[in-house]
Amino acid sequence: MKLDARIPSGPIEQKWDRAKFEMKLVNPANKRKYGVIVVGTGLAGASAAASLGELGYDVDAFCYQDSPRRAHSIAAQGGINAAKNYPNDGDSVFRLFYDTVKGGDFRSREANVYRLAQLSANIIDQCVAQGVPFAREYGGLLANRSFGGAQVSRTFYARGQTGQQLLLGAYQALERQVKDGRVRMFPRHEMLELVVIEGRARGIVTRDLVSGEIEGHAADAVILATGGYGNVFYLSTNAKGCNTTATWRAYKKGAAFANPCFTQIHPTCIPVSGEYQSKLTLMSESLRNDGRIWVPKQRGDTRPPHQISEDERDYYLERIYPAFGNLSPRDIASRAAKRVCDEGRGVGPGGRGVYLDFADVIRRLGRTTITERYGNLFEMYERITGEDPYAVPMRIFPAAHYTMGGLWVDYHLMSTLPGLFVLGEANFSDHGANRLGASALMQGLADGYFVISYTLGHFLAGGKAGDGVTADHPEFRSARRGVEDRLQRLLSLQGNRSVDSFHRELGHWMWEDCGMARNRQGLESALEKIRALREAYWKSVKVTGEEQAINQALEKAGRVADFLELGELICRDALEREESCGAHFREEYQTTEGEALRNDQKFAHVAAWEYAGENAPPIRNVEALEFEYVHLAQRSYK
Amino acid sequence: MQRRKADFPIEGAKSALTSVATTEEAKQTVGFYRSVVGKKVVMAVTGFILFVFIVFHLAANLLIYFPPEANGTRLLNDYAAHLRALPALLWGARVLLLVAVILHIVAAWQLTVLNKLEARTTGYVKYTPIASSYASRTMVWSGPIIFFYVIYHLLDLTFGTLNPSFQSGNVFHNVVADFEHPGVAIFYIFANACLAFHLYHGIWSMCQSVGLAHPRYTPMLKKASVALAIAIGAGFCSIPLAVMTGLVR
Amino acid sequence: MKLILHIWRQKSRESPGKMARYEVSNVNEHMSFLEMLDVLNEELIARNEDPVAFDHDCREGICGSCGFMINGVAHGPQRGTTVCQLHMRHFKEGQALWLEPWRAKAFPVLKDLMVDRSAFDRIIAAGGYISVNTGGAPEANALPVDKQKADLAMDAAQCIGCGACVAACPNASAALFTSAKISHLAHMPQGQPERRRRALSMVARMQAELFGACTNHGECEAVCPKGIELENIARMNREFTKAAWARRDEVAGSGRRRLLPRSFP
Repeated sequence: MKLDARIPSGPIEQKWDRAKFEMKLVNPANKRKYGVIVVGTGLAGASAAASLGELGYDVDAFCYQDSPRRAHSIAAQGGINAAKNYPNDGDSVFRLFYDTVKGGDFRSREANVYRLAQLSANIIDQCVAQGVPFAREYGGLLANRSFGGAQVSRTFYARGQTGQQLLLGAYQALERQVKDGRVRMFPRHEMLELVVIEGRARGIVTRDLVSGEIEGHAADAVILATGGYGNVFYLSTNAKGCNTTATWRAYKKGAAFANPCFTQIHPTCIPVSGEYQSKLTLMSESLRNDGRIWVPKQRGDTRPPHQISEDERDYYLERIYPAFGNLSPRDIASRAAKRVCDEGRGVGPGGRGVYLDFADVIRRLGRTTITERYGNLFEMYERITGEDPYAVPMRIFPAAHYTMGGLWVDYHLMSTLPGLFVLGEANFSDHGANRLGASALMQGLADGYFVISYTLGHFLAGGKAGDGVTADHPEFRSARRGVEDRLQRLLSLQGNRSVDSFHRELGHWMWEDCGMARNRQGLESALEKIRALREAYWKSVKVTGEEQAINQALEKAGRVADFLELGELICRDALEREESCGAHFREEYQTTEGEALRNDQKFAHVAAWEYAGENAPPIRNVEALEFEYVHLAQRSYK
Repeated sequence: MQRRKADFPIEGAKSALTSVATTEEAKQTVGFYRSVVGKKVVMAVTGFILFVFIVFHLAANLLIYFPPEANGTRLLNDYAAHLRALPALLWGARVLLLVAVILHIVAAWQLTVLNKLEARTTGYVKYTPIASSYASRTMVWSGPIIFFYVIYHLLDLTFGTLNPSFQSGNVFHNVVADFEHPGVAIFYIFANACLAFHLYHGIWSMCQSVGLAHPRYTPMLKKASVALAIAIGAGFCSIPLAVMTGLVR
Repeated sequence: MKLILHIWRQKSRESPGKMARYEVSNVNEHMSFLEMLDVLNEELIARNEDPVAFDHDCREGICGSCGFMINGVAHGPQRGTTVCQLHMRHFKEGQALWLEPWRAKAFPVLKDLMVDRSAFDRIIAAGGYISVNTGGAPEANALPVDKQKADLAMDAAQCIGCGACVAACPNASAALFTSAKISHLAHMPQGQPERRRRALSMVARMQAELFGACTNHGECEAVCPKGIELENIARMNREFTKAAWARRDEVAGSGRRRLLPRSFP
């Protein structure tokens, strides 16, 4: 497989302008003759569908939820970065670019990241024009805050619901196109197959989740904006429905899957309370600004926190990282928490938790100040756990949160399959091995509003509209049959284990062996266990109900089947990447102080996995990364 | 390219490249009275007219408590005579009230049909109201009771048709004679209690319907409407009670 | 903890439904309500019965997917909470709970506790947006916004579109939902150009979907998980009334027609 990133030539700050100029255009009168399919209606998908509809393309948009407004972008709390430099504190496009490349531990593509930083300012303009109620200063101008340890204040926010407000803005723009008839919306439709004709992505096969009908949809290009695959861990901060099926189907049809092992763990989530736990809830990272993280020094200490005296406590982040302390980056804080819990010093049920204590700051600043800062978060914590964080320290634990890996895309956001574009979290391009806080929203909207509208036109203008491929084409018919057979097979197994129990087990192995810290032995055993689990799945899973009706068990069964395959690829990728970088921490590759040790000589590249068939191992292709503008350096937070 | 058309009931032309307002779009709006909001505004405005009338009516009725003048006439009867001497005002008010009543009832009827028969066709096995008042949920019953009561009241004390000892022009006598029948008095008390309930929700509600709401004033308004409803109800109910207990004779 | 559940079971949109009784034991007080239903469903699957269908997704109270009536109250007994964030510690040992789907003509039941809320999307499509195409936006700070107005807009914009307001309203009215969007955009200076048109078309759509009329009971506000206030409905009434009285026909170029000669073919 040849990986041509199609990066424009010239100085980095001119690349995007040059690319835009060099791109072919589609005659406005012809745009409606081109059909485009957009799968997923989160920030990337909704903004893409709306923008393409505005341009005049004939768009079909799909989501599995009952409304496009429910995509999981809605749950993003913190904010969105943009290089506006309103606070006059030294931010610039170059600095945002630099921070993102460095934060990604030098495993992202410079040209893409630079474009992202350039477009960030346009996103804020666009969203404000849509009426997004961003936080404001008394003078009426936009407010900014510093986020995730950034040195400048470049984060725009709408209370703790920035993702919700940005998504509603995109959703409203999308509904406007739906009303004008330029976008047809298919809610409660799940993409179950990608259709490739003569080497080009030409459509998808969906299941209508209400009637159960299997339908083919043909188009001139297919855009996947289907989010990440964090639910491979079963417990994650993702929505219950988030899944890999769309990207996994595309992978099996020839799109390369890049860096699947780059999965981000968020350090401040509410810990698991029992076996029944169905998801984990994130608590904003801002809590670490004032809370102190500790565990008992003694292992197996089950006394309630107030009985543990000051000198029996280990404020381990402050101890190990005196400079950054409780504000150490996500991956470092997460790993440290895992380490102390592995030592048997974890707190709460199951010993998988650490204290985040506000007693000191409440004593220092008073309860009122803390209520002003974190009132809503404390309330949320109390609602979920039934404990009052003003009186008892919070318990937190890391949880799977975001996946930097995804389908490989070039500068045009096109995958290795011509005609298949991938936007947002579903692609791999901008965050390298670790994503900075408040950058996910930025990337989703940059891709959807401002990149795809140019690059799609360039692709379509190269071909010809109206070549008569419809959903009756033989390839569609066979794809539909394939999907039906698979569903029938799942329903006919009638085994003795529920889908959830398999998913939970997969998640357990992934978390233990391919979570925050990985090693060869663990990964090799995980590969074995996952393979065995997959075989067991296809023998003994039990799916009730029928195909031609609403069947949530069947929906889940298909998704978990794909996770069982993806899990293996993630472990394989983690095994082959013999270095530690960003969120990928291999225990064999660390400094004497226990910090991540990158191997730029051998691994300054993207690993793009190519599907080679049911019984052959996937092929690892490599796209070398060049760093012309940001010099390779070791991250240090000591 | 042939693709399935999604089922989306908002009509729209797919040809236009820019989003200009079309006549089709203009039709997607709805006339003032044909809208649910417009009907509620009509109910609020007519309700307000009826409310103002009720306040004046109560003020006039309370004249019954004045002791007889030196010449034996009653202030209430004098007032009635003055009113009849101004036929333009009297009939103007009567026409206005009649129109208000009709509009109030027609709009209420239409909204009730929409709400109870079209919008919520299946009820709940279990439903627990947590914020609405008993008064608000029974508007649809207190309204008709008041309507029939008003008809009876007109036939009883305005036209005298149903009042065996009716003396034209002698309001005081008619009222007292009326309420000496305990059945009639109790019916009046019941109907006025319904009126109080109706106002309890109605006074605040009419402000909300025409869009008068503000976090500083709405709580006061709610308290004021409760006070007014109680005062009006108590004022009207006091008359039959006073006659029954012999305070007024 | 053991609970007795009476759940509305309905196979499909067309088929009739009925309440069915289930017992769930092993309910942990730290479970969320939906996790408790997960446990029930696992048991049903083990018994070869059809699991109870209910919409859910984010399970952190923001996507608006979940929601049903618990003992006659939308989203159950805890205020400001969706069912996914409602925890079992609020219920008592042996308590009987009645679970029913949202009931409204505009929200047909699809299966069990799952309803079709696409009417909400169509209300937004009718005008719940600001017509700006991608790309043409002016500099974000070019237009200052009164902080208080921005905060009020945000209060209204927090609506998650779950439908509890409709379910709780004795009239199945969507006034709170519709007014929240009208309010949000009416507070923002960017929303001014389309302000009147928006009020007219969104109210028209709300009505065409057969939602009832608001009669100011206040049930919607009480069950709203995001605390959207009744004041928004008053604002919608005001916006609509002004717009309806000041309305002109929106036929582009209609003024010029008079200039054409009468005999023009």
